[in-house]
Amino acid sequence: MGLFDYLPLLGVLIVVLGFVFKVDTIATVVLAGVVTGLVSNMTLMDILNILGKSFISQRVATLFVLTLPVIGLCERYGLKEKAVDLIKRLKNATSGFLLTLYQVIRSIAGAASLRLGGHPQFVRPLINPMVQAAFVAKYGKEDKKAEEYIKGYSAASENFGNFFSQNCFMGASGTLLIVSTLSEQGFAVTALDIAKMSIPVCIIAVLVGAVHNYFLDYQLKKIGNKDNQEEKE
Amino acid sequence: MMLQVAGVSEFIAEIYFSIIGIIFILVGLKALEDTQLETRVGTAVFWFLLALTFIFGPYIPHWISGIAIILIACLSAQGQVKLSKSDVPTPEESRENANRLGNKVFIPALGLAIFALVVATLLPALGANNAIGISATIALVIAFFVTKAKPNLAVKDGVRLMDSVGPTGILPQLLAALGAVFTVAGIGNIVSGSVSAIIPEGNRLAAVIAYCVGMALFTVIMGNGFAAFSVITVGIGIPFLIAQGANPVVVGALGLTAGYCGTLLTPMAANFNIMPAALLETKNKYMIIKAQVPVAITMLVVHVALMYFLAF
Repeated sequence: MGLFDYLPLLGVLIVVLGFVFKVDTIATVVLAGVVTGLVSNMTLMDILNILGKSFISQRVATLFVLTLPVIGLCERYGLKEKAVDLIKRLKNATSGFLLTLYQVIRSIAGAASLRLGGHPQFVRPLINPMVQAAFVAKYGKEDKKAEEYIKGYSAASENFGNFFSQNCFMGASGTLLIVSTLSEQGFAVTALDIAKMSIPVCIIAVLVGAVHNYFLDYQLKKIGNKDNQEEKE
Repeated sequence: MMLQVAGVSEFIAEIYFSIIGIIFILVGLKALEDTQLETRVGTAVFWFLLALTFIFGPYIPHWISGIAIILIACLSAQGQVKLSKSDVPTPEESRENANRLGNKVFIPALGLAIFALVVATLLPALGANNAIGISATIALVIAFFVTKAKPNLAVKDGVRLMDSVGPTGILPQLLAALGAVFTVAGIGNIVSGSVSAIIPEGNRLAAVIAYCVGMALFTVIMGNGFAAFSVITVGIGIPFLIAQGANPVVVGALGLTAGYCGTLLTPMAANFNIMPAALLETKNKYMIIKAQVPVAITMLVVHVALMYFLAF
């Protein structure tokens, strides 16, 4: 293949650079499409037609909009507040166990497309303070290193629960992206197929998270007990 | 007979796409009403153009939708599309409602997911994709019963959330369209031509590793699993896996979450890894990524194994 045959890759390069340098995402994607078409000898009319046609046939990817009125209404009527109430009941657990429970709850919420608000509205005001308090309650003292670990692991539990559960919901935008990308390429898959096939990863992620949090408890135990010994000496 | 059924499911689908279009129009109108918003006209035009493609797209020449997409991109590039003022429920209001309703508030939200599964499984003739709209409709009716809210509140809250999701909400759809352009331009062939030099012919495990690791790596670079999915699936997933007989459902579903393993590792995904670190005031701004590394690597290995055993 000659160098010119690689020219269509310019579109891929534009997507990569656009995302890396945080250029407006919508503009990046459309520009990449237009440039790819132009360097592949399509006419402007061809490009407009392909863009328009595939955009229309992939409206499926935006079906999640239909779920927003229900979700918005539930939010107004205290969805987040009730979730907070549920989690606050989980006292007397170790730090790691609390985080595992949070990942389970976050995964169920993600699979049902409940918006809990993520880091700003859930991890910072609720999960991190609770897990920090569990450490202090257990070892009777504060520790800078433990605090830092717990912050990292709290935010991580949110991400694990969020990322690996969301595609279990048929109306999730990730699920719909998979459906529309594959059907655009001629492979008929449905949102139900993709949602079902996303379940094993969701469950395994919870198990892996639980082991990870068990090791956190082990680390925290070392930190907690070491401090106590130094105190005695 | 089959033709008739297909016609019905398409008809229902168009109704739901029109409802989405109407929500877009309402977001645009809300922007126009917000006299404080300097870019209100640009914002409104953005949502109106989007509504045009959703409602009239199938009945007008495709190049008109193409032009609408170009204009949408220009408005977005110039920072014309902004959030307008919304009636956001106050914490007191939702607390009071929460105390009154109790755990009943979970019913419509959980119903959303459950009805979608039930409808898609029991009534496949309606079209699997319509199940999402139908379940949203049922859940909304239940929500009215549970909350006793006025119907216009659901419209208001739906429009408010759509506005807060903003233009990125159409990113998956745009990326699928980009994938179509990539395919016509032959990008799949070019990438697969280069990758085939690395992957031994017919070696399924090597192909699975190339796809999963490729998804994760591209996501690390771009910070966005969705964008990586449209490139790597066209370039590696389809030619090396699906075309070799792998189940597209397995490849697609595991492919995207393999990309998410990359999201866990990258500072490029700032709103998941860096912004929360600032929010939690960690000393090391990469503390969250550090905490995520073992799980991300383990999960990537899990993805390779699952895809290898489930896809073939």
